[in-house]
Amino acid sequence: MALYSDKVMDHFENPRNVGVIENADGVGEVGNPVCGDIMKMYLKIENDTIVDVKFKTFGCGSAIATSSMATELIKGKTIEEALDLTNKAVVDALDGLPARKIHCSVLAEDAIKAALVDYYTRTGKKMPESLVGFEPHED
Amino acid sequence: MKVYADNAATTYLSKTAKEVLLDCLDNYNGNPNSLHTDGQLTQEKLDEARATVAACINAKNPNEIYFTSGGSEADNQALISVARVQKEKGKNHLITLNIEHHAILHTMRKLELEGFEVTYLAPQANGIVAVEDVANAITDKTCLVSVMFANNEMGAIQPIPEIGALCKEKGVLFHTDAVQAAAHLPIDVQAMNIDMLSMSAHKFHGPKGVGVLYCRNGIRLLNVIEGGAQERGKRAGTINVPGIAAMAAALKEGCDNMEENNRKVIALRDRLIEGLSDIPYSQLNGDPVKRLPGNVNFSFEGVEGESLLLGLDNYGICCSSGSACTSESLDPSHVLLGMGVPIEAAHGSLRFSLNEENTEEEVDFIIEKVHKVVNLFRSMSPFWDELQNGEREHCIAE
Repeated sequence: MALYSDKVMDHFENPRNVGVIENADGVGEVGNPVCGDIMKMYLKIENDTIVDVKFKTFGCGSAIATSSMATELIKGKTIEEALDLTNKAVVDALDGLPARKIHCSVLAEDAIKAALVDYYTRTGKKMPESLVGFEPHED
Repeated sequence: MKVYADNAATTYLSKTAKEVLLDCLDNYNGNPNSLHTDGQLTQEKLDEARATVAACINAKNPNEIYFTSGGSEADNQALISVARVQKEKGKNHLITLNIEHHAILHTMRKLELEGFEVTYLAPQANGIVAVEDVANAITDKTCLVSVMFANNEMGAIQPIPEIGALCKEKGVLFHTDAVQAAAHLPIDVQAMNIDMLSMSAHKFHGPKGVGVLYCRNGIRLLNVIEGGAQERGKRAGTINVPGIAAMAAALKEGCDNMEENNRKVIALRDRLIEGLSDIPYSQLNGDPVKRLPGNVNFSFEGVEGESLLLGLDNYGICCSSGSACTSESLDPSHVLLGMGVPIEAAHGSLRFSLNEENTEEEVDFIIEKVHKVVNLFRSMSPFWDELQNGEREHCIAE
């Protein structure tokens, strides 16, 4: 069996939503260069809906694929729906990841949450309870 | 285009070795320990192979060649034998490098658990250990120095003759893991004062699952595998004569053509190094001159090695990476970290290992595609953006 599923390879080779949103409403960055992966998510939010999302990722094949898949899964969704997105849902959508790559999906979930925390902090809107005190996982 | 540039991982089976292998499977497939004709004809093949291997490394006597399942077994047996035998003489200290193959490092850890003391020397920034560091580490308790002939990841060639002379002078045994060097660099165990040496057939166009432990007569070996009188009683198990004969043929072919091959491979290597040096914020890891003929190891800042490797694989280029994501652990290459390469740079490393079958055209193709994938992944790397805008500090010079 290949290391990665066809879906992972597709999202690695043709990543969706790569880039930067100028004047984004929320930006989240998680990970660090010592651990070998950094994900940065940019959100454009209108009426509590994520109307656009872009990412930049430094990391391995699965880090890039999970970022790409996560952006697809939240684009056009409400914040509430985006907050329900678990790392497992990202893994499932990619038809699975090798065990030692699961942390990449955790990073993707954290990057979205970090961007939403930034959004609430910037706007001063009341933060949903699930985001209060959010800390990204240790890599 | 398909470009195989991962010869340090494994090599293709040479035509010569394959012919010998098939000939043995068809015609010399007896058990060399059997007394009947079939067995004895196979025994002759085995004797020939042993003599050939001995000649290739200038061993004094063919009976100093022990066939094993590969380099790892040879390393295990060498270290465990010397340690346990010498312990009876009150010597419980071993010296090695922190950049050795895990067949050495894990065996050393096991010996530490048994109560032995092990010194892990770090090489200099060029990946080469200073001989005086080895000299300073030797105590009256030291029984063995094990230093690899050349490093598998970044190619640096260690000062083997100098360490051999030092060990001889100090009365300490000297083992070298020559898995990457055999058939690629000249080896003379007598002139270099090497007491024990490991090699592996599939690194020089022989088959997998076959290797050699050279052990100078007078040094006592202990068994890692018990159960029979094969290999002078030191390695049980029915002998893999087809594999051994094919290995001997491949080793001889490599040694006979070494000069010509190396002239070609070194030119390709240096062409690749030059072509990759154009990439800003990249560095060659390991000594630029005292390195294996085919080895090119580079770090590229702001990108991660596994994504580069997969990107190159899509173009048909096979190479490897020292990034954590290609290892079984969460840490990047112990070799690059052990020689002082910053962790961020170790994550972004690629190793190409060329051989005499590679061409200039292939090397130019690799150069073009590496530029392309490094640029691509840098363009999507937030780490690269932060290096560029000064939010993070570069660890590699432009």
